[in-house]
Amino acid sequence: MRARAVWVVARREVRTRLRARSFVVGTSVSVLVLVAFVLLQTALFTGDRDTRVGLSGQANAIAEPLVREAASRGLTITTITVRDRADGAAHVADGDLDALVTGAPSALSLLVADSVDQDLRGSLTTIAQREVLRGLLATVDTETTPDEVLALISDTTVDVHALATPDTQRTQRLAVALVVVVLLYMSLLLHGTMVAQGVVEEKSTRVVELLLATIRPWQLLLGKILGLGLVGLAQLAVLGASGIVLATATGVLSIPWTAAGTLLWGLFWYVLGYLFYAAVFAAAGSLVSRQEESQAVLLPVTSVLVLAFVLGFGLLTRAPTGAAAGVLSVLPPFAPILMPGRLALGVVPVWQVGVAVVLMLAAVAGLAWAGGRIYTGAILSTGGRVKLRAALRVG
Amino acid sequence: MPAVGMTAGSGLVCSGVAKRFGGLAALDGLDLRVGPGELVGFVGGNGAGKTTAMRVVLGVLAPDAGTVAWDGAPVDPATRARFGYLPEERGLYPRMSVLDQLVYLAELHGLAVNAAHRAAESWIARLGLRAARDTEVQRLSLGNQQRVQLAAALVHDPVLLVLDEPFSGLDPAAVDTLAEVLRERARDGVAVLFSSHQLDLVERLCDRVVIVRAGRVVSAGTVSGLRADGGVRLVVEAPGAGPGWADGIAGTRVVEVDGPRTVLALADGVDEQPVLAAALATGPVREFRVLRPSLVELFRETVGTGR
Repeated sequence: MRARAVWVVARREVRTRLRARSFVVGTSVSVLVLVAFVLLQTALFTGDRDTRVGLSGQANAIAEPLVREAASRGLTITTITVRDRADGAAHVADGDLDALVTGAPSALSLLVADSVDQDLRGSLTTIAQREVLRGLLATVDTETTPDEVLALISDTTVDVHALATPDTQRTQRLAVALVVVVLLYMSLLLHGTMVAQGVVEEKSTRVVELLLATIRPWQLLLGKILGLGLVGLAQLAVLGASGIVLATATGVLSIPWTAAGTLLWGLFWYVLGYLFYAAVFAAAGSLVSRQEESQAVLLPVTSVLVLAFVLGFGLLTRAPTGAAAGVLSVLPPFAPILMPGRLALGVVPVWQVGVAVVLMLAAVAGLAWAGGRIYTGAILSTGGRVKLRAALRVG
Repeated sequence: MPAVGMTAGSGLVCSGVAKRFGGLAALDGLDLRVGPGELVGFVGGNGAGKTTAMRVVLGVLAPDAGTVAWDGAPVDPATRARFGYLPEERGLYPRMSVLDQLVYLAELHGLAVNAAHRAAESWIARLGLRAARDTEVQRLSLGNQQRVQLAAALVHDPVLLVLDEPFSGLDPAAVDTLAEVLRERARDGVAVLFSSHQLDLVERLCDRVVIVRAGRVVSAGTVSGLRADGGVRLVVEAPGAGPGWADGIAGTRVVEVDGPRTVLALADGVDEQPVLAAALATGPVREFRVLRPSLVELFRETVGTGR
């Protein structure tokens, strides 16, 4: 009887959602936004971001020719003078610089993080060869034949060092991570808001009085959260799976299994994140009596989600292994969005995942208790906003 | 007076129910019983506590003190699922069709899917909602919304019906339908409690009336019993009688004088014939009849408003 009531409520939510035109439209729009996002990101990765090149010692002499030479190959370069080689190497390591150039103009050495831009390499080679040629011409050595000159010049190459072995999958992993972050953010926001709107609808139409004469508040709330959560989970799974299939088929994605793993992690974190936010959204919704008032109480909750999204996006693209990413991806309000993103990049120690899951479960349990209490205390009171403390006392 | 429902503990029994909202005592030791097969009218001024009492019975509100029992046992959720409720503030899902809505509510009350469908269809037909069967509730006229709300209270074949102002907003035809449905439900052994400000309806329909004031029952009993308790009154129209003609007749008291017409109250057990004799002594008597107080008058006297 108890579980059955929850199931009956959940089934109504699922049916109502699937029948609603807004659901079909919303899902389609999500797909479009996702496609647009992937295209935009691809454009950004390959696009015209300035390449920052550090120059040290004698290499400073090539600053001007380097910018000119690179520009002719379509690469925009900003040169920065660094103190010494070690200083420059540190900047390359933390991503401030894309490359560091050292050595005399005729014997240039290039230091990069993992992989080297071929246009940059070509520009530097041209400069070095030109320098060698100038030296040869200046000595006017008649014993050197033209063939020897050509051989000497073609032997002149730029010495390339990388701090780490290049990860060819990194760009794709980052794209997958960002897609997961966007999907989770949109899904949590959409279905969390749906929970709140459903609560407000039942309260504002007073149908809740009829319902609560039959079932307990927790049955109504649990049924609603389960029903909408199932719809969200299914939507996310379908979107993610079709995205992977589509991207693999069109050749955009070459790591389908990694992406599938990421999707599974994403679904797992969606469940935890949804339970976390749904409890808060439901409690917030129960405080108001009319749909027009709901915006004010929902704003703080949606703000946290937006913050998690913005932080997640920024940290994943810039410093996914940094301390900030590590701490935030473990904290409950941010973990459901940040953690799956970092997992997609493959940069999370196992213990961090464990801590994040444990903290999240504890937070879900606590919020379910508090949210249920607020909901029970506030759901039947009409006329204006209910004070949070009053709701907690009654519930 | 029906024999059903009067055995101790059967049906709904509220005893000593109290509920405060802040400093205001909405219910102050309310005692109420509704036996199976009984139609009980719940009467009282605005703010007397009728709605609060009904919400406590349905478990929507928890009482501060007192008990609510059904068939001798405290009401639990399983029992409440067999109660039917028409709340004062009507409310349904605006974007759900009539049929879906009723099936959903029937299922929430514990009916299996097929039984829920059958019951919903049957009440849709019974209350004249066939044409509206697949229409969203928000698109219905107010009168039809009322019918759906009533069907929602009836759809799971409840053992107790609690209806808060069920007749308000209904057209005369709908009033007759509802009255017929309530009588029929009571005949089938359902306990029915409804509140109304339309006292003539209460008088016509109810086996018993409960009058509440300030959260307490001030009067309860059958309509005829309450009227008998109100005492016997005489209306005498004697155009030739001068002022004070009835003074000095033992056991009587003049209540009202309106031109040639005089209303007298008789004390218990006093014979009315000496009054007739006194009236005839003044000349012709055009009217002489015993007046039973209507529920409206009883209500005014008990609740103390009006005059």
